[in-house]
Amino acid sequence: MFSADRIQALIEAGLPDCEARVVDPANDGAHFQAEVTSTAFVGLNRVKQHQAVYATLGDHMKADIHALALKTYTPDALPYGAA
Amino acid sequence: MSTQQRIDEMVKSKPVFLFMKGTPDFPQCGFSMRAVSILKALDVPFGTFDVLSDMEVRQGIKDYANWPTIPQLYVKGEFLGGSDIMMEMWEQGELEALVADLKA
Repeated sequence: MFSADRIQALIEAGLPDCEARVVDPANDGAHFQAEVTSTAFVGLNRVKQHQAVYATLGDHMKADIHALALKTYTPDALPYGAA
Repeated sequence: MSTQQRIDEMVKSKPVFLFMKGTPDFPQCGFSMRAVSILKALDVPFGTFDVLSDMEVRQGIKDYANWPTIPQLYVKGEFLGGSDIMMEMWEQGELEALVADLKA
């Protein structure tokens, strides 16, 4: 079992100026959803933004976290690609 | 042939290729089902590989794209993302634009 709080702490510790909201909607300790904002995402495409988040979680993505639905934002609050 | 070479050949075998759990008719995971639904809605031909049928590919594909989850979508040989990115690109019309030239 993993917790949303732990995921949030790892992501926020691993990225600069980062705010993460992580929830476990099914309360199963396996399928999480996260919305992450960081200055680290500026200038990166979506794949690289998500890879940066996965990197903060390391082997937990392989072992404890079955699924992490992810939305990433730059601090101007617009999702990538929004006009 | 190494697993990475096998994956590379699959990625390049079709302009739109999805690594998923299960098959388009019987997806074995909600995220794979969502990815297939988007591809069907795009109405372009696509290839798939069921990673549950091959443990080497199931692990190898994560290294291939430096991406820890499945499904994974490749368009014209390039890794595009997982189901979250597919959904965002679909909602914003980007995916349709990307495959417009592949419509039958």
